[in-house]
Amino acid sequence: MNGLKVVFWKEMADHLGSRKFIILFAIILAISVSVVYILSQNISEYFSEISKEYMFLNLFTTSAGSLPSFIFFVSFFGPLIGIIFGFDSINSERSRGTMSTVLSQPIYRDALINGKFLASLTTIGIMLISIILIILGLELGVLGIIPNFEEILRMGLFFVASIIYIGFWLSMGILFSIVFRQTTTSALISVMLWIFFAFFILMIASVIADQIVPLNQNSTLEVAAKNDEIKNMILRISPVVLFQEIVIALLNPSARAFGISSLVKLNDLLPTSLSISQSLMVIWPQFVGLIALMLICFAISYIIFMRQEIRAT
Amino acid sequence: MKKIVLEAKNLTKFYNHNKVVDSINLQIEEGEIFGFLGPNGAGKTTTILMALGLTEPSSGEVNIFGYNSTREPLKVKRITSYLPENVGFYEDLTAQENLKYITRLNNIPEKNAEEKIKEVLKIVGLAEEAHKEVGKYSKGMKQRLGMAAVLVKEPKIAILDEPTTGIDPKGVEEILNLIVKMSKEQNITIMLSSHLLYQVQKICTKIGIISKGRIVAQGSIQEIDQNLLKTNQEDSFEVKVNPELSPVVLDSIKKIEGVNKIEKKSSEHSLEEIYIKYFREG
Ligand SMILES: Nc1ncnc2c1ncn2[C@@H]1O[C@H](COP(=O)(O)OP(=O)(O)O)[C@@H](O)[C@H]1O
Ligand SMILES: [Mg+2]
Repeated sequence: MNGLKVVFWKEMADHLGSRKFIILFAIILAISVSVVYILSQNISEYFSEISKEYMFLNLFTTSAGSLPSFIFFVSFFGPLIGIIFGFDSINSERSRGTMSTVLSQPIYRDALINGKFLASLTTIGIMLISIILIILGLELGVLGIIPNFEEILRMGLFFVASIIYIGFWLSMGILFSIVFRQTTTSALISVMLWIFFAFFILMIASVIADQIVPLNQNSTLEVAAKNDEIKNMILRISPVVLFQEIVIALLNPSARAFGISSLVKLNDLLPTSLSISQSLMVIWPQFVGLIALMLICFAISYIIFMRQEIRAT
Repeated sequence: MKKIVLEAKNLTKFYNHNKVVDSINLQIEEGEIFGFLGPNGAGKTTTILMALGLTEPSSGEVNIFGYNSTREPLKVKRITSYLPENVGFYEDLTAQENLKYITRLNNIPEKNAEEKIKEVLKIVGLAEEAHKEVGKYSKGMKQRLGMAAVLVKEPKIAILDEPTTGIDPKGVEEILNLIVKMSKEQNITIMLSSHLLYQVQKICTKIGIISKGRIVAQGSIQEIDQNLLKTNQEDSFEVKVNPELSPVVLDSIKKIEGVNKIEKKSSEHSLEEIYIKYFREG
């Protein structure tokens, strides 16, 4: 236990004082502030047709001018943050020659990997929460928008989902830092996987769906729905897609399902907003999927790390 | 008899079906400076890692102060310091901060740690550079910091893996002196691996020679010397003569029937002969 605590605090101190942290924080802060700023310039234009009920949440989900929305940033750049904190966590320790010194101290071997994982995740959490609070402050101060209780709850859930999502990418980065001895290799492979899950999977899902259920001009709505269903199934192996669906449901109280297929079944419902528990019902499979992905990835890293030879060669 | 500090029993390690360490039996007594001598790839580091519980033996066992290294690694690591082959530090932290991390990992109370760190940095001659980032250290300084890291946890035994590789002769001298000092003043039993004969010869009280994973000789330098003579010289005898004989006399001795070898020998060189003999055979 002592080992885990000591590694955790050492890593925390490293992260919070690191250039990596300061630069990332500055970038994310700049983006968030400019999103809020642009929105505030055009507030009447953006919200004229949207209900005033979820004004606060809308600020996070609306894209302003040429700038994409805040949740877009999190879903695309969250992975990069996770990767940045993970990709060199173990192999740098190895190539620096510090790993054998640390592990020859009276600590269990897993204290190192657990401590590193928890410290990185905590740092990312601190970063995320301060940005959310800054935006909240700006909205209150500059725009005078006061979030209601439900909106705050939904933001809390969004925070949890983001942490799990970035946690997945973090453990993937850590996994590659264990498997590959060179930090450049682990960085490259991590980024490739990110590109795959964020972009290529969209193409692949369409291609496969069209193979199984071909579409043409006279396809019925049922056939189109079937095609869409297959596509969605494939897309949901991607944590990026899972996260986007979770966030849409959480921050868009009117979102009740995804894809045409669900629209077909639900189009007779009234377009009222869902309660939090109803929103959660819609996305709990995605939530569970995301948690499972993170845990599996971390478990694999853990097992490989525990059995790996300690030497650098 | 003195207390046995480290004992290996039939210690064996396979890497992909290669027997890298082959049924090693070792005993290191309290207060010794034990030289673990062998060429590169002989299996020294592997043996050391098993002793520390950082690698699992394929069979056999190692005990340190009676604790089994595989089953009770924490107890072993609490009393054992290890200087790895290429010791490294966090380059953007100072020497003091690096040592602080080690004392924390050892659960040494902060107050005692401060004192201890100051003390060991002084012993290794880095008191002046305590607050300098390790990235700015020379190789020799880093190695001395490694020795400080060994000392700071107040071990009962220190295992040093090739502590003198890659540093200049002056640095080597400093490290060797430090090791002797550590043994004498701090009462730490030392196991020192090396592929360099003269260093081992200079400071070690006992040696074990390892070649291709096997211990080929063990004991004090004199013991090994005698063993070698015994095995080497069956059915023959040695004649000791004045070393300043002229070449002419040596030549005529050589011509005498039955003389097949004349060599100049001094006790200082005998270990080298042993070393060469085993490493050729091995
Ligand atoms: N992780 C490993 N996998 C396979 N072979 C290894 C591994 N580590 C060491 N070896 C081999 O074991 C042998 C002994 O290595 P080592 O113990 O490092 O020798 P030394 O420290 O005496 O130079 C070498 O032949 C080396 O190639
Ligand atoms: Mg070695």
